[in-house]
Formats: sequence, C-alpha cells, structure tokens
Amino acid sequence: MTQSPNHKILMADVNLTVDGKKVTAPAGTLLIEACKTVGIEVPSFCYYPNLSLQGACRMCLVKIEKMPKLQTACTTVISEGMIVTTDSDDVKQARKSMLEMLLGNHPLDCPVCDAGGECELQDMTFSYGAAESKFMEAKNHKDEQQWSPVVFFDRPRCILCYRCVRVCGEGMDVWALGVQNRGVSSLIAPNKKDHLECEECGMCIDICPVGALTSGAYRYKTRPWEMTHVGTVCTHCGDGCKTTLGVRRSDTGMEIVRGDNRDKSGTNGDFLCIKGRYAFDFANHEERLTQPLIRKNGKLTPSTWEEAFELVGKKFAEVRDKEGGSAIGVIGSTRTTNEEAYLLSKFARVVLKTNNVDHHRTADFPALSAALRGKPDATASMADVFNAPAILLIGNDPTEQHPLLAWQIRNNVRLHRAKLYVVNSQTIKLRRQATSFTQIPLGTEGKVASFLSGDEAAADALVSASSDNGSIDKDGWIALRDKLRGEQNLVIIFGSEIRANDISSLVRFGAGISGAKFICLADYSNSRGAADMGLYPDLLPGYHPLAGTSDFHQEWSVAQAAGLDLANMVEAGKKGALKALYVVGSNPVGRLDIDPFAFSNSFVVVQDMFLTETAIMADVVLPAANAYEKAGTMTNTCGDVQLVKKAGEISGTKSDFEMIVRIADAMGFDVRKLVPFGGGTRADMGQSRGAQSGEADRHAVWLEMQGLEPKLSPLDPMAILDEIQRLVPGYQISRPNLLAGNSEHTSLTKSGAGAAHNPESIAPANDTLFTSGTLGRYSRTLQSVLESHEVKPAEVAAD
Amino acid sequence: MADLVSHPDEVKVVSRRFGLGATNLDRYLELDGYKAVQKALAMEPDAITNEVKASGLRGRGGAGFSTGMKWSFVPKQSAKPKYVLCNGDESEPGTCKDRLIFEHDPHAVIEGVMIGALAVGARSGYIYIRGEYRYLSVIMQKAIRDAYARGFIGKNIFGSGRDLDIYWHGGAGAYEVGEESALMESLEGKRGIPRIRPPFPAVVGLWGGPTVINNAETLANVPHIILGGGEWYAKLGTPKNGGTRLFCLSGNIAKPGVYELPMGYNLKKMIYEVGGGIPNGRKLKAVVPGGSSCPCLTADEIDVAMDFDSVQKAGSMLGSGGVVVIDDQQCIVKFALRTMKFYQHESCGWCIPCREGTDWLKKTLIRFHAGGGVKKDIDNMQYLSENMLGRTFCPLGDAAAMPTIAFVKKFRKEFEDHLDGRPCPYEKEGAAEQLPAMAH
Amino acid sequence: MKFSDEFEARFAEMVPHYPTKRSALVPTLLYAQDEVGFLSDEVIAELASRLELTELEVRNVISYYSMLTTEPRGKFNVQVCTNISCMVRGAEEILHHCARRLGIGNKQTTPDGLFTLEEVECIGACSWAPAAQVNYDFHENLTAEKIDGILDEYKKRGTQ
Ligand SMILES: Cc1cc2nc3c(=O)[nH]c(=O)nc-3n(C[C@H](O)[C@H](O)[C@H](O)COP(=O)(O)O)c2cc1C
Ligand code: SF4
Ligand code: FES
Repeated sequence: MTQSPNHKILMADVNLTVDGKKVTAPAGTLLIEACKTVGIEVPSFCYYPNLSLQGACRMCLVKIEKMPKLQTACTTVISEGMIVTTDSDDVKQARKSMLEMLLGNHPLDCPVCDAGGECELQDMTFSYGAAESKFMEAKNHKDEQQWSPVVFFDRPRCILCYRCVRVCGEGMDVWALGVQNRGVSSLIAPNKKDHLECEECGMCIDICPVGALTSGAYRYKTRPWEMTHVGTVCTHCGDGCKTTLGVRRSDTGMEIVRGDNRDKSGTNGDFLCIKGRYAFDFANHEERLTQPLIRKNGKLTPSTWEEAFELVGKKFAEVRDKEGGSAIGVIGSTRTTNEEAYLLSKFARVVLKTNNVDHHRTADFPALSAALRGKPDATASMADVFNAPAILLIGNDPTEQHPLLAWQIRNNVRLHRAKLYVVNSQTIKLRRQATSFTQIPLGTEGKVASFLSGDEAAADALVSASSDNGSIDKDGWIALRDKLRGEQNLVIIFGSEIRANDISSLVRFGAGISGAKFICLADYSNSRGAADMGLYPDLLPGYHPLAGTSDFHQEWSVAQAAGLDLANMVEAGKKGALKALYVVGSNPVGRLDIDPFAFSNSFVVVQDMFLTETAIMADVVLPAANAYEKAGTMTNTCGDVQLVKKAGEISGTKSDFEMIVRIADAMGFDVRKLVPFGGGTRADMGQSRGAQSGEADRHAVWLEMQGLEPKLSPLDPMAILDEIQRLVPGYQISRPNLLAGNSEHTSLTKSGAGAAHNPESIAPANDTLFTSGTLGRYSRTLQSVLESHEVKPAEVAAD
Repeated sequence: MADLVSHPDEVKVVSRRFGLGATNLDRYLELDGYKAVQKALAMEPDAITNEVKASGLRGRGGAGFSTGMKWSFVPKQSAKPKYVLCNGDESEPGTCKDRLIFEHDPHAVIEGVMIGALAVGARSGYIYIRGEYRYLSVIMQKAIRDAYARGFIGKNIFGSGRDLDIYWHGGAGAYEVGEESALMESLEGKRGIPRIRPPFPAVVGLWGGPTVINNAETLANVPHIILGGGEWYAKLGTPKNGGTRLFCLSGNIAKPGVYELPMGYNLKKMIYEVGGGIPNGRKLKAVVPGGSSCPCLTADEIDVAMDFDSVQKAGSMLGSGGVVVIDDQQCIVKFALRTMKFYQHESCGWCIPCREGTDWLKKTLIRFHAGGGVKKDIDNMQYLSENMLGRTFCPLGDAAAMPTIAFVKKFRKEFEDHLDGRPCPYEKEGAAEQLPAMAH
Repeated sequence: MKFSDEFEARFAEMVPHYPTKRSALVPTLLYAQDEVGFLSDEVIAELASRLELTELEVRNVISYYSMLTTEPRGKFNVQVCTNISCMVRGAEEILHHCARRLGIGNKQTTPDGLFTLEEVECIGACSWAPAAQVNYDFHENLTAEKIDGILDEYKKRGTQ
C-alpha cells in the first residue's frame, strides 16, 4: 500500500527532459519533485513531501515516453533520458476528469466551508477546470462529527488523500486515524469509534487540503481572506515553533483567531503541537487585566497608567535612595522577549541598583555555558536535531515537554534512519524510535553522565540501583558507551535532571566524539533568553560573573557583589529586609512553593496578564501584553534566536518593555541611557493599520510627547537588540536573516565563565502536552482538552 | 458439491482427477500424485522454470502472463525469504473453476506450489482461499495436514534435505483482494489496498521478500507439465497459448458447467456444441467471454478462437475463463447496471477514478434503467468510463470501465430505448418491484 | 474473553505460520465471528491485544471485508447471489421470494433471530446458477420451490 519516500542520500545526478526543458536532479528523486526544480508544478492531493507515497488521487498523471499509460509523477523515480510531458491534452484531460469525479460527490458548500478560499480542491478546479457539472445524482451524505474539543470531521468534504492518516501515524507516531469501509463508503475514522484519543496536535486539520477536518477553535469564525497573517513564535514551550497567527480586528483590539504554520517558514515546518495551534486563546480570556490596579485600603482598585507609573516610580526611587538597591528584588520572566529580559536585567542593575535578580530556572544553562566556553560550534540547533546522524537523549520526555524536539527526532529517525539512544527513568514514547533504550532509576541521570565521562564506578552504582526491566548490566553500559563513542556528530540532549558538574561530565564525554553537540532542555518559551540575558543574581548577560570583568561592568558600572537569588529574596522578604519587589511576567507564588505571605512587608509590583497568585498580593498590578502582542526576539532552548512579531492586541495593556521604560522614566532616569534609541537599523513606525498598528501608535504618541523625530523611540525593542548584539556574546547574529523570519543560532563559545549554582534552585515546570504553566490555565482550549482526556494520551502500537 | 459435466471435446489435464476421489491422499498417489514434485526435486531450478516456459502456460487468473517468465523474474539471491502465493480468491463474476480444483484435486495445488517454490528457491508457500469457500478450506487444510503427516511437506521433503512449508490462508469477502498486491496486503492482515508498483511482487512481495503469485488453476497445471513435459503441454493449445483451460459456461445456456477445452477452442462451438446452445428457443444477444471485466462480444462477434491473443484481437479478453451467455430476453442496460453495482461495491476506494467513477456510473445506470435517463447520460457514461480507463491505481478501475464502454458502444440502441421515461422493454410484467438496494 | 478450545488450537497453530503476528488477522476474525456471531467490541479488543494491533487497526480491517460484521446477524445468513450469471437465470426472483417468505428486506433479520437476508456478489457458483449460500453451505440451481424446502429445513434445524 505504501512505500517510504526516497531518502536524500547524495547520489549521482540524472538528466531528463520535462516539457522540453532539461532537468537534472539526484538519482532517486521523485519526478514530481524534479519538475518543481524547473518551475513545473504537477498537481497533487495525496502526495505530501516526507510522507509515504500513495498514488491515490491520480492528479499527478503525466506522460512518459515509452510508457503505454499515463504515469503518476508522485511515485515515479526519475531515470536517465526520461522524456516527460506534463501539459499535453491527454494529461490535461486526465486532471480535469479526476476533478469532475471528485466533485461528483463533493458538496459544493464552499460559501460556508472553513476551507473556502484556502482549499486545494477549489484552487485545482480553478486551475484545471471542471466547471461544467455532468453529475445529476444525489450526493452521498453523512452528518458532521465532533471527534474532540478541537477536531471536527465532515465526511462528504473528504477527498480521501490520506494525508491526515499519515501525518498522525508517520509524522506524530500517534496512529489515531484510520480508514474504514471501502469503495465510495470509505471514510477516515478516529481511534475510539466516535472520538479521538490522541495528542490533539491538529496536524490532521492543518494538512487537510479541503474542509473535511476543521478546528474547533477556528471553525465558522472568519473567512481566511479577512485575516491578517503574522508569522511569530509560539509562547508556550522552549522549542520556539514558528507559528502564523491569523488575526482580525475586534472591539478590544486585534484578535487572534487561528494558529498554524502552513507556510512552513520555521524549522518546525508545518508542525505545531496543540499549544502552538490553539492555545493562543488565553489572550482573550475574560479575566485578562486591562487596567492598572493599585491597592487602596487593602483592595486592588483600578487606576490610570499615569497614577500607577508615578506611584511605582516614586516608591522604587524611595526604597533605592533610602534603603539601597539591595532592598529591592526583581523577578524576571521566562516568557518575555530577549529585549525585555535584557532591559529588566539592565534596569535592575543600572536604575534600581540591585543585583537581586532572578527568574524561574528550569535548566542549568550557566553550567553549560561554563563547560562549553571556548568550544566553537558545540551547541546544536533545532534544525540539527532533524539532520544529525545520531542522538543521545538523557532524561526529559520530549513528547510531552518538547513536542517539536520530539517531532524532529522522530522524523530524523524515520526519514534519515538516524540512530537514537535513549536513557530515561520512564518508558517514554520516543523509545519506539530508539535504537537503544535504557531504563534507569529516577535520579540517577547524573550517574550516567559520570559513567560516560569515564567514571567506571558510576556504572556499578547504576547497576545496583536498578532492578527492573529495561535496565542493563555493567557490560551493557560499557557496550553502550563504546557505541556512542563510535558515533560522529552525535547530538547530546539532556533534561533538567542533568545539572552542574554532571553537565561538565557530559561535555567531557562529548569532547571525545567528533562533531558532538549539546542541547540543554528548559521549559518555557524564553527560558534560554532569560538565562542568556542575565536574569541571575550573580551573572550578567552572557553568563558573565558579577565578580569579574566584562563589557557590562564598564558600560553599566555595576556592583560586583552577587545579589540574592529567589530563595534568598523570600527569606529576606520574611525578615522584612526586602522593601520592594518587582515581578515581571512571572508567578512565583503559583508556580514555586513560595509562602504567599513572604512579601507582605514589601512594596510589590507585578506586571502580568492575569490576577495570578502572585499578582493578587501585589500593591500595584500592571496589565501586560503577552508575546503575541509585541515585537522582539526570543531564544529557544537550543539557542536559536527568532523574531517575535506583534499579532494581537488587547487595548488597555502595555508591553513589559514599555512599562519598564516608563517606570525608569517615572524614577527620573534618563531613558536614553537605558535604551540607546536613535541609532538603530529598524523602527516600528508608520503603520496605522493592521496588526502592528497599536505599537506604532504608541510610538507616535511617545515621540510627539518628547518632541522627537519619528525614527526610533525608547519603546522600540530593536534599539535594545542593537545593544544585545553588540554586547552579549554569541548574539552577533545576522540581523537581515533574522528580520527575514529565519532562526539564527547563537553560540556559547565566548560567553562568560558562568557560575556554579545550587542545583536545587532549578525547578522544572513539569508541563505536559496539555498544560503550560500559568498561561495554560487561562486557555479554554487546553482546559477543554484536559477535561476530555481523563487519561493521558494513550500510547498506541505502531505498525 | 458442484455438479460435474463432460463433453467429448474436452481434453482433461487439470480436471483429470475430478470425481475420482483424489482428495484422499492415497488415491491421489495412485493417480500419479506427488510424482512431479519428486521429479522436480531432481531438476535444476532453472530447468523447472524452462520446462514451464516451454509449456506456453499463461496465467489463468486473468492477465494471461507467461508463468515461466514470471518465475524467472525472481532474483536468485535474496536477503529476505522468498514465497509462492497461490491465488484462490476466485471472485470474478462468471468464474467458478478454482472451486472445482480445490474440491476435487487439492493436492495438485499443493504440488504446484511446491514445484514453483523449488523453481524460485522459496521455502514457504501460501494457498489463499476466499472466505466464502469454507468447505474448500476444510478440504485444503486436511490435504495439507495429510501431506505433512507423510513428510511430503515440511522438513527434508522426500529425503531431499530441503525444507518446504505450505500453509492455508483464508479471506473474508473482497473481490479486490484477488488483485495480486492487494492479496499480499490481505495475507499480511491488512485492508486489501493494492500496492504501488514497481517494485513488482517478484522482487518485493510478501513481507518484503520476492514472491511468485499464481492462480490456483495455473499452479494445478504445473505438476502435469513437469510430468508430461512442456512440449506436450504446449501442443495441446495454440501457439503462445499452451495447454487447456477450464471454461466456466454460465448464463442463458442449455448445459452450463465447467469444461476443460484446449486453448483456442472456438467460442461459437463452445456455446452451441459444448454448452448445448441457447435454451427455450431464444437467440444469443451477447457473450462475456472471460469474466465480468471483459468487454462483451455480440452474437456476430463470437466466431473466435478462445486463446488470449485471438480474443484480444476480437476486442475483448480471455480473462479468467468465465463465459457468460446472454440471450435476447435480457436487458443490456440492466446487465451493465448489475456489473457496475458489483464494481462499485468491490472498489477498494483507494483512488479517485475508481472510487468515484464506479459510484457515479452505478447511480446513473440505476436512474437510467428506472426510466429517468436523458440522452446526455449515454455520452456521459462513455465519457466517464473512458476517463477511468488506464488511470486507476489498479486494474479494477479498468475492469469496471471496459465492459461499460463495450455495452454503451455496442448496444447504444438499447440504451436509447430506455430514454424519455419509457419502461424497460425487457422487464417482465409485474417484476417492476424494486430490488432492495445493495447496502455497503 | 473466552473462545472455544477449537478456536484456540487453530489460533495457536496459525500464528507461527507467518513472520508477523498480524498476518493471521483476517482468517482469525472470520473464525471468531463464526463462534460469537459477530465481531463485538470484546472480540476486537481481545484480538487486537493478541496480535499486537490497535483496536482501530482491527476495525479498519473488519470494515473492509464484506463477510465481517460488527452487528449481530440471524442464526442463518441467507446470501443470495444476484450477480450476472445468476441474474440472467432469475436470481432476483429468488431474492424476492426469500424476502417475501421471510418477511424481511436486504440485510434485515427476522424477529425470531433465525434468518438474515443478504444480497451478495458472485459466490463462485456461476455454472450452477442461480445460487445462494446459507452461512457456508452452497445451494445451487435454485428455484422458488427449492428455496422453500431449504428455508423449511433451516427453520427446523434452528428451532429444534
Ligand atoms: C481486481 C482484480 C481481481 C483479481 N482477482 C483474481 C482472482 O480472484 N483470482 C486470481 O487468480 N487472479 C485474480 N486477479 C489477477 C491477479 O492479480 C494475478 O494476476 C493472478 O493471480 C496471477 O496469477 P496467474 O499469472 O497465474 O494468472 C485479479 C486481478 C484484479 C485486477
Ligand atoms: S480528512 Fe482531509 S486530509 Fe484526511 S484524507 Fe480526508 S481530505 Fe485528506
Ligand atoms: S499525487 Fe500522485 S497520485 Fe496523488
């Protein structure tokens, strides 16, 4: 039935002729792909790159000389001297008749179909013509079905291209869709008879060429042509999927109505998990804050922005001037942009004069940066994970926590036959792709690192600690290590189980393998950025220790003594020593085991979207925009930097960037010293319509107020990006490439020496596919899916 | 169970043991059973294949491909095990011959599979029998058990040092599964969806190993060829069409039955002499010469030699040997409709032209036959069929298109007689009652 | 889920005939259906786990084959072939006769649960047309009278 697509193993070139044009392509190339290289589009429904071949839709029939019948270009491998015609009358007639036959049973409900305007069948009919209807019979009907909170199926529209079945099975390794019945009664069926039990990724919906599978989150909301499409980065996990958001004007600003990546503009190709695809709806949650709140008489009371900034500015200045900066704590975010994290780090040290800076740490990036210092090209990008010949994965469960990484690994194994070595305390789903799966007791991941780096005794400890199946004896460990040592260009991926010295052990082990690269897995969308931008009490951006020298020491003139980390800020708060706390986009009370009364004696300012457990105890709450509502950059867990673009807007909110600048301004600080605007290369300006308009408008207001020329403002994150690129090691990336929407990999080669942290300070988020820290709680889609899944996505057997 | 018939013109090769109790292994041995395989064991594999090539044996499953040639495509060396697969899915309307072989001579099929396996270097063979043929599966399973018990199959067969296993496998109702690649899917426990070719089964077949697939009748002939010699067998038939063939005479014919006649036997003679002509004083209207997939021949087109090449020259196909005779009381539109209902019901649904084309044609024919036809329908039916032809994923689409084209072209007048709300001229008084619709 | 010893023996014998477990699926489904009457959720779950398949995969296969059913049928499934060779020899009349006799239409079951009527495709009895199968038994060269006798016989067997 199916056949694997040919692999792109470098092979000799083959010459052929298509419609009189000379075509040269590597041996093994499919004819349909070879045609593309010279701009000849052969129509297809069932053919989909990187999925198994079907030959089912017959749209791609072409004439090949010496063949008696028309041949499918999607299954034909090119051969030397082949002479192909794709535009003859019989080929055109074949296409036309396929469409006629399809349309015989296809409902012509385009005006009410979600896919109308984006339908491959519509486009194809437009291009190849089947305008005259010869069909007089009643069409086969079947009622629409809802298969999950997010998946609806309309059988009559289905053209049976089997893309959904394949992307679910081959791409996702979920196998939740099948084909039932036969002949004209054939239909796509979900794994639980009348509903789906799956990872709810929505890939099936996205890949459907027509409107047969539609999204519960998007259906009937709008027409595709009424949306503006903004390519940005998903706000949920640390993988940094590119997502294209469909936005539409609404009463309260710009509303996001859809997420997908059909333009395949990022490393994720068309992949998105449930969160990337649907969980933007937290933005429109009715509990969203749209007005600043000030505690008056014990109650949080709405106020104006002016009042709020004035109060915060005054209070912060007061504490700083009276008690010293060390009486102020700053907690940054793992979801704000690099520019915001950097600005916050700078604001804390330069304006608030404090090194009490921290964030919710979910991985030990400082240890990795220290271990990799001076080693060029030692980190792997997300793209590398799809191409590496071998991968070692220790700890973590990427299927749940890093869906894109899991996709990259899975499809690398499937399409390139990469070797995957998994060491885990759980029987994680990726073991199904693994060449070798080794189960270890929870908490012994570090021992594995030690053993790999040459500590023989660690193997004994591992062997004695484990008793159950999946574990191996000492010889087994030695054999595994030997195999790994024999690999080249091994990508070593590890979860937060591996920290501090264990990371140096792994790096030492990697040093013996030619081309080895590392990925350290952290949990939130910009955890890596928060770390890189120095949201640490003892580290400046680029992991420069405070106790040392760096460009920052000079430019920022900071105190050398390390500040308090989060735990110590809590202690200081309890003792009454922390007079003010500035929390930007973080919910430490809700997410970390922190006594909510620890900061009762501090002046607490929280910037957030919702009244979180932390915000509720604040003195001032400032309504924040989220990452879909602002511009900047983010760095994924691998170190890939991507551009974040403004898509949605909720009026009444401000970006964290703007709020930081406004507070500095209210404190009487010269914002020019905070944001070096005026000399950059890009300005968000001039737009008064469309998705970016809100930001541009605010720029305009600011500029007018300040009497500045409309070029760059201190609210333009790009001005800070200039500084980041100038000062943060590894961020000397190509700006044009970034602006073009591509990811740019950063290197830790020249970063600072990091610092040895207390490994205890790392608290994994423990998110699953269907949760996303505090954000997830405000996503109706995630909540409804969670409710519909009483059990975890079942593991199903692969074919 | 099924009645046997005979006619003096018959040349009994594959039906030699019919009615002689050869399901009993001892009786089979008395009737030269398992001699051929012992002879083959002493031959070089290539010599076996060459003998079959020399016999001019062509596939009895429908396509008529040279069996010896097919065997020679199997690579000598293979990393994966090789297999022989006997196709006993017999589901082509008009065809009921493999049934008799399984019923009367199951060991001949086993022996044929064994010889095929020796020729191509396979160590296991499967005999796939359609699910409806349960009583034949019982017979076949017993035959296999008996042969194992005597050591004819299994380890070290006939002391040759060679191991050879033969297994039974059963279907569960699906015509498409008779198509060779869908057959393999079905045997592998899947839906009967055909595979993309190339690669062909001889190179990549069952579980990825090289596989020879032959019809049951084809394989049952092989022991006779090995014993009697290829040359002898070839001479029974016409050039390039060796041997004899089981012809299943059915429909409006006086003496229906399965007759073994030499290849090239004249169709007219077959109908009027062997089959006793058209009963009840009626006249011949048309003949479907090789199972429902084959374009019909009109009464004046039947002076044709029944071998693959001659029938093809006459514009049809010899197919699976099912000769369906249609008399002048039958309505061609209804016949076309019943044929299309079958293909619509049996289409696997994989590709657009077959799935949608058969459904569309069926619906049109239902309306047309019921008197709701318009003139444009006739052209549309021809247009649709012609646009299915040669463009489907497997030959089932062709099998649906070809007879339809012939019906419309050769009996256009009869189609026109149905137009403008006129009742079917052939429908008997009081038979207007609608058939319960075929549910799928 | 319990099957008969005969089923178990056959299953145990059959599975090792193939390099993959799932290869035994199609015939096994039919034998299981013969025992249970239809392919219940329970049977599907059991065979899926035995053959290391998902229930979805088993359902995909079941729904492809026309002899397999997930709905209960009568004790005797009267399958009348109406394909071409039978049709030209009066198969429709046979089908209608059955329908009238049993008082049911195509794919329906008599209230006493004894008979299901089904119009089927060619069953390989073309030269002995018209023909029908009751369960696995062939009945050929049928006439209305012959059908009456046959149905009486089954009725007797079914009510004994
Ligand atoms: C739709 C379809 C149904 C078929 N059904 C059968 C069948 O029931 N029995 C059979 O032997 N061949 C059948 N064939 C032919 C087989 O594909 C194959 O050609 C044959 O088994 C090869 O054996 P042979 O060379 O001995 O004829 C069918 C082909 C098609 C396209
Ligand atoms: S549901 Fe959509 S993607 Fe899936 S087979 Fe049908 S048309 Fe194709
Ligand atoms: S794209 Fe080739 S058959 Fe569908």
